Amino acid sequence: MIGADAMVKCLEEEGVNIVFGYPGAAICPFFNSILDTDIRTILVRTEQNAAHAASGLARVSGKVGVCAVTSGPGATNVITGIATAFADSIPLICICGQVDSELLGSDAFQEADITGAVESFVKYSYLIKDANEIPRVFKEAFYIANTGRKGPVLIDVPIDIQQAAITKFSYPDKVNMRTYKPTVKGNMVQIKKVAKELEKAKKPLICAGGGVFLSNAEKELRKFSEKYKIPVVSTMMGIGIMPTEHAMYYGMVGNNGAPCANRAMKESDLLIMVGARVADRAVSHPNMITNYKVLVHIDVDPVEIGKNVGPHIPLVGDAGHIFEDLEQQEIRCEHEEWVELLKEYKKSMMVNRNPNKDYVDPAMFITKLSEKMKEDGIYVADVGQNQIWSCGYHIVKKGRFLTSGGMGTMGYSIPAAIGAKLADKSKQVVAVCGDGAFQMSLMELATMQQHDVPVKIVVLKNNYLGMVREYQHYKYKDNYSVVDLSGSPDLEKLASAYGIEFLRLYNMDNVDEIIDAFLKEDKSMLLECLIDPMDLVK
Amino acid sequence: MKRIYSVLVENRSGVLCKVAGLFSRRCFNIDSLAVGETDDSAVSCMTIVSSGDERTIEQIEKQLNKKLDVIKVKTFDESASISRELMLIKVKYNKNNRRDIMENCDIMKAQIVDMSKNMMIIQICDVPERIQLFINMLQSISIVEVARTGTLALQKCKDME
Repeated sequence: MIGADAMVKCLEEEGVNIVFGYPGAAICPFFNSILDTDIRTILVRTEQNAAHAASGLARVSGKVGVCAVTSGPGATNVITGIATAFADSIPLICICGQVDSELLGSDAFQEADITGAVESFVKYSYLIKDANEIPRVFKEAFYIANTGRKGPVLIDVPIDIQQAAITKFSYPDKVNMRTYKPTVKGNMVQIKKVAKELEKAKKPLICAGGGVFLSNAEKELRKFSEKYKIPVVSTMMGIGIMPTEHAMYYGMVGNNGAPCANRAMKESDLLIMVGARVADRAVSHPNMITNYKVLVHIDVDPVEIGKNVGPHIPLVGDAGHIFEDLEQQEIRCEHEEWVELLKEYKKSMMVNRNPNKDYVDPAMFITKLSEKMKEDGIYVADVGQNQIWSCGYHIVKKGRFLTSGGMGTMGYSIPAAIGAKLADKSKQVVAVCGDGAFQMSLMELATMQQHDVPVKIVVLKNNYLGMVREYQHYKYKDNYSVVDLSGSPDLEKLASAYGIEFLRLYNMDNVDEIIDAFLKEDKSMLLECLIDPMDLVK
Repeated sequence: MKRIYSVLVENRSGVLCKVAGLFSRRCFNIDSLAVGETDDSAVSCMTIVSSGDERTIEQIEKQLNKKLDVIKVKTFDESASISRELMLIKVKYNKNNRRDIMENCDIMKAQIVDMSKNMMIIQICDVPERIQLFINMLQSISIVEVARTGTLALQKCKDME
């Protein structure tokens, strides 16, 4: 047995069945050994998308996503994908080939100090210097990636280590790290304090973030909210924890959020932030969530509590456990007036758009699309105006809403949708992107075709980098700079070049018919929607 | 506000870089940093002196604890610690100032540890403020080079029960 055999054996031990990757000489032993297993390999068309696809798979399956790339440029290309996963705490293992150990530090061909380069974007990284360490390192890496505050872990393996003989392979069944013991159970004293505050509160509110998905606590949170009639708002990463049309859900907060959600945040007298970082896009003024109210901050990562805002009741632990414990507290709370008031706000604070009838109205289109999607369908939003419209108008029923929230990485939606579809073939997966983001990842149409991954893609086309154009409209008096996307390809021809069926929607006249055709069969489709280039999200 | 962090870390390559990188990335100050092995060769002790407001000081401790190579973080004020710094300072001397220098060394309990016809190396081990004072005293003569360890500190002894 050689190191590469041990690497794939570790992946088998961890139950990995798909690896996204892009080979090169330095990772060839690994890709050779993987042929002896049942692990499916998916060749992406650029390394960054291997990480995004692994992220999509991880978010839908709840397992660790795995990607493998070669040394040097392969490794540096994957960095944006790793950073994207890190910002959203998505569990990934990124395996990188590396030059021969003897050549490390000599600036050899395709050598890059990848563990050094990714240090601030990974939860942890390893450079393996002894093939016998492979089982321990992989065991630890998977454990680190998928426990506590989840995140990407990088394993750099020099080619000679992959080729080195190993005398005996034994996969450890336990991890023994003195420096890593994440807190899962919430402190009972703090939980009781929260219960007490809830009894006093007249206007309690839960703000749920992506951490709730990561701890698989959607059900517990929903149950808690329903039992005590506590309204819920969410961050962008928290969209879908509550079904959009749930009576206790009041929308996404933040500077691109629903006005009624932001008003609820401001007026609440007890705010429970859970699995949310209190980052600047969700909470632009930290004072807003501490003044005149009691702030409870629940997070599995103690560092997040108090980083951006000092809570009155810090509560470290896994959201699932904490809501289970909270539910058993038998809290007597009454705040019907508050719920009524929020319902009023929800009605009166609807955003009125004034769409141009010559084009597709992205807001109404997205609502129509989500109405027609399967109940448990997966909607992957890209970054830009399309993301904000998606957040505002997509209706989640029993499905998932995926997007790059923390890093805001353009081009995320198509590879992530590929990963999501591979995680669960039975699900309908729709990626919605703008014409800017689409061109950052269009090469993955080939991946979809090659590996038979039927993903549906919507391109909201306005011939602009719309989000930046909108910013320049407000901030620079319409002095547009470097946002014109003229020269973009004819998407119909492009789709046909890749052998993908194509549809185009010019305006809202035949929207039903086109969406029906788009969603009808479980096969890849590209739908281009022409939207008003001057349309704004605000 | 000054704060001392005594950080026990796994004695592995790259750990110093990770800890130092954490400080630069999060815009925390490092006033001084000293690293060395402990009695256990698998463990190193980093003594980091930093400054910042209360929230920063708390964040530094939490962020250090979050690092997977960090075993334990102890943090304390200067007043609660015994701290020392070692400095080696090479100066040029001549007949006229030789006595002066030696007197200064006497006053400050510094030792001359190496000497040539016109140069000497002085060693001093003291609290950081007095090291600075010693440099000031030698400022009038010609200082060739200076090497300082940075602050080393341990929390003051408490009676064990």
